[in-house]
This record gives sequence, structure tokens and C-alpha cells, in this order.
Amino acid sequence: MLVFLIRRLLIAVPTIFFVSIIIFGLQQLLPGDPALALAGEDRDPNVIAYFHKKYHLDEPFPIRYYYWIDDALHGDLGQSLRNKMPVGALVLQKLPVTLELGGIAFLIALLIGIPAGILSAVKNGSPIDYAANVLALWGLSTPNFWLGIMLILLVSVDLGWLPASGFVPPSENLGENLRTIIMPAFVLGNAVAAVIMRHTRSAMLQVLSSDYVRTARAKGLTERTVVLHHSLRNALIPVITLGALEFGQLLSGAVLTEQIFTIPGFGKLIVDAVFNRDYAVVQGVVLVTATIYIFLNITADFAYFLVNPRLRS
Amino acid sequence: MTAIASGSAELAERGPLRAALGRLVQRKSAVFGAVVVIFFVAVAVLAPLLSPYDPLAANFLAVRKAPGLQHLFGTDEIGRDVLARVIYGARASLLAGVVSVVIALGLGVPIGLVSGYAERWIDGLLMRITDAMLACPFLILAIALAAFLGPSLTNAMIAIGISAMPIFIRLTRAQTLAVKVEDYVEAAKALGNPHSRIILRHILPNILPPLMVQATLAIAQAIIAEASLSFLGLGQQPPAPSWGSMLNTAKNFLEQAPWMALWPGVAIFLAVLAFNLLGDGLRDALDPRRK
Repeated sequence: MLVFLIRRLLIAVPTIFFVSIIIFGLQQLLPGDPALALAGEDRDPNVIAYFHKKYHLDEPFPIRYYYWIDDALHGDLGQSLRNKMPVGALVLQKLPVTLELGGIAFLIALLIGIPAGILSAVKNGSPIDYAANVLALWGLSTPNFWLGIMLILLVSVDLGWLPASGFVPPSENLGENLRTIIMPAFVLGNAVAAVIMRHTRSAMLQVLSSDYVRTARAKGLTERTVVLHHSLRNALIPVITLGALEFGQLLSGAVLTEQIFTIPGFGKLIVDAVFNRDYAVVQGVVLVTATIYIFLNITADFAYFLVNPRLRS
Repeated sequence: MTAIASGSAELAERGPLRAALGRLVQRKSAVFGAVVVIFFVAVAVLAPLLSPYDPLAANFLAVRKAPGLQHLFGTDEIGRDVLARVIYGARASLLAGVVSVVIALGLGVPIGLVSGYAERWIDGLLMRITDAMLACPFLILAIALAAFLGPSLTNAMIAIGISAMPIFIRLTRAQTLAVKVEDYVEAAKALGNPHSRIILRHILPNILPPLMVQATLAIAQAIIAEASLSFLGLGQQPPAPSWGSMLNTAKNFLEQAPWMALWPGVAIFLAVLAFNLLGDGLRDALDPRRK
């Protein structure tokens, strides 16, 4: 098991290396002199000269990359032009908000996706199966920012049940925190619920037609025991892997959800940074997201390894 | 049973492409998807003929008018006809969907072919770069690219195309690895054909079906991505209409003019649903093992 984990971690090293090259390379896409873009609208020659020196802009690409990655490895992702704060500190400040949003969204996705997938597989070909598939298609085809807008219109504007925007930290008021986060989390989890439902359904269909399930039925076990004890445990193995990867996708979806509901998280940070031409923040957010995603991948592989006796042997 | 057997025999006689088409038209959801796609393409192409008003023409005497006979979908915050803007918005969305996927295919397929065919260190290197791109979540990478390239529809399409590329590299490589060990490829090698000819004449045509399926599904994803970028202000720039940017404006007038948010969203939903249904149908039709 330890060998497996070490091997998986070693494969992650070149991936993170290439991620860092891609992210650093983004700066090269800026038309003209990056110092001009970084210096803002004033284009003060002193500021331009400062950025030239600070980012080694007169050096060739590999040298500049060396300086950048050396700083990044020492925890220095640069300075936010707007907030005048280290990018690392800014990211760490916003990340818990997005992780809370993503965590609740993921929980909602599991609570909808797994039961719907089981029901759809058990009632294969029935109107329930048909309805669950229609719901999954709805989830996959609805842009979450539109769903967010429609829910604000219905739940906040028309019914007045939940606030339309804003965020209260859980440390301040847990009840208000849940009231502000439940609707964005539902919007964010909607598409993931559809993906989890489809995968649970297909894994359950496969397991339900296997020999050991037929044997369990032949022994006279109730359908409930066959489904919940014999089939679900095995059907959930691929869903665990998928779940970890989908959690990574939630970080991506959070960009739009946070924008609509004005939640001061990671996603809003990158969008604000884009419009403020705060490129160090954009790079920092992409780097942190990609690193989280890579480690979620490793976690998924490791979880798959742990729950699958065939792989362990 | 006899009817099924004779049906299968009939399909097998027609050749793989026609047989696949036969299977496709048997699936109601795929036909529905295809009809809706054709509808949106027609709307985009015939926009000047179908549009009741100029999508850019402001009318300050008809600001935020509710849907009615004069303006079927209502008007927006400066009196522009929402229906006209939804119709013209189809152009931006479909163009972005198709062009982004063409970029992703154009870059991803050659890289995937080389990676799968060459193997060894070239494959290792290309796969690590692809893994690195896949590690950056699709929308975040697209936002970062669009941010550095600058906000415009063209740059949004480039950003979405590049972000969607790794999936095509992975798929092409996997298919190439499977096909290159087939007897007909070995025979082509034994005959002394150059590598480029083997790749282009013997491997590429045989890996097209899964690429077609992925491309159709990727168009759906690209339409959502374009709408997302335009919603954030990184895609189509005002006053040119796009479904995403219309929603961005609409969210500021939810209480006064909810119709502004309804129709562009319905349009995105229908277009994405149609490409998803068509993609699912194509996948089932091109792979007879799937039910």
C-alpha cells in the first residue's frame, strides 16, 4: 500500500511541474510588455522599471521561470496589486469559504445522486427510471448561473424565504451561515448530482446482474438486503473515485456560483482579479486549484485501492 | 425474436455508417436532439430574416416592457427586443461551440495520434503535459486564459478550445493505442508505408467515431463555457448579443424584468440539452454493444 502511495505521489511531481510551467507561461500571453499591464493605467516609468527588476523581465523565459518557481516553492506566490497582500495569504483567507460551499454542495449532490441512481437501477425501465434520467439530463444541461438566477427570483424575490446574496461566516452565526449558503450549494451541486446519479445507476445495473447477487436472491434474502447490503457496497466503489474528481470540478463551478450569490470565496477572488488585472492572484488561484485537484486525484486512487480487495491483493 | 434477427441482418447489410445512422434515427431522444440542433443552426443562419427588430436598437420609450404582442419576449433595460437578442445570441453561442471544438480537435487529435503512435519518451512527455492541463479545472483554465488573452468572443473561443483539448488528446491516444496493433495496421507497416501515411490513412479513419461522439458532447460543454465567460464579461462584449452576457445584465433587473433572465437561459438549456441528447444517441448508435 505504501509503495502504491509513494508511486502515485511521485507521478504527481512532474504533473505539478508542468502545471507550474503552464501557469507561468500564461504571463507570456499578455500582449506587449507584461510590466505595462502590471503597472496599471498610470504607467509610471518607475513602476515599470520596478516590475522589470522584480520579475526579471529582461531575462530569458527559463531564468524567469526559475525565479518564479523558487519563490513559489518558498510559499511566495507574489503580491496582489489590488489588496497589497501576499497572494498566498489571500488565497488561504478565501479558500475556507469555497471549501464550505463545495463541501455542502457535494453533500447535496450525494444525497440526491446516490438514492436517485439506486432507485433508477432497481426500477430499470419503469417510469421512475425514466423520470430519474430526465432529471439527470436536466442537471447536466442547466447552466448553474441560470439556475442560480431563477432560484433567486423564485425563492428570494417571490417567496422571500432565503437571502438572495451575501455570506455570514459560520463562526459568526451558524444558522445565518446555513441560510446564506444552502441555495448556492444546491445550485452548485445540481450538475454533480446528475453525474453521480448516472454513474451510480450504471454501476448498480452492472452489480445487480452479477452472479453473487443472483445467489443472494436465490438464498431468499429480501430485495432490500440484496440492494443495500450486497449490491450498493460494490456499486459505490467507482462512485468514490468519481466523487473525488467531481469535488475538484465543484471548485471550478464555484467561480460562477460565488459571483451570482456574492460569496467572498475563491471563485470570486479569481474573477475580481481578472478585472483588476491582478495577474499574480489569477496565477496563484490556478496553481492552488490545480494542486488541490491533483491531490484529490491521488486521494481518489488511494480510496479506490483501499476499498477494492482485488487491487489490494 | 425473428423480427430482431432480421432487423440486425438488415442493418449489417447496409454498411457500418448507414447502420449507425439507422440505429440513430431509432432513438427518439437523439432525433429530438438533432431536430433542436438543426432548429438553432437555422435560427443562427437566418437571424436577419427571423428577427423582428434590430438586436442593438435601443428604444427608451419601451424600457423593460413585459412580454406582449409587440415584443413577444419583452424588452431589456434600454428597450432592446429580447427575442431579437436571443435570436442573434444563437450566432455567438453556436459559433463559440463549434469553433472551440474545432480548435480542440485541430490541436488535440494530432498530438494524441503522435503520442499513441510514437509511445516511448514522446508519449511520456506529452501525457505529463496533458495531465497538467487536465489538473486545471476546465472553467478556471478557460477564465485564466481569457483573462491573459483579453476579453473578446474570439479569445474566449481560443481559451475554451485550449481548455477542452486535453480530453481529445487522451481519447485519440487511447484509440490509437488500440488500433495500431490491429492486423491491417501491421500489414500497412509490413508493406513499407511511411508513418505519416499509416497514421492518416489507416489509423485516423478508424478512430473517428468516438471522436465524433466526444466532439458533439464537447460542443454542449463549450456552449455553457462561452455563456459562462460572457456572463463574467470575458466573452462576447456589449452591445453585441450573447446569451451569457444577456443573463449577466438580467441579474441586475430580476425584480423589475424577470423575463430578461428567462429566455436566454431557456435558449442555453435547450441548445446544451440538444447536443447532449445527440451525443448520447451517436455514442449508442456508433457502438452496437451499447444498449
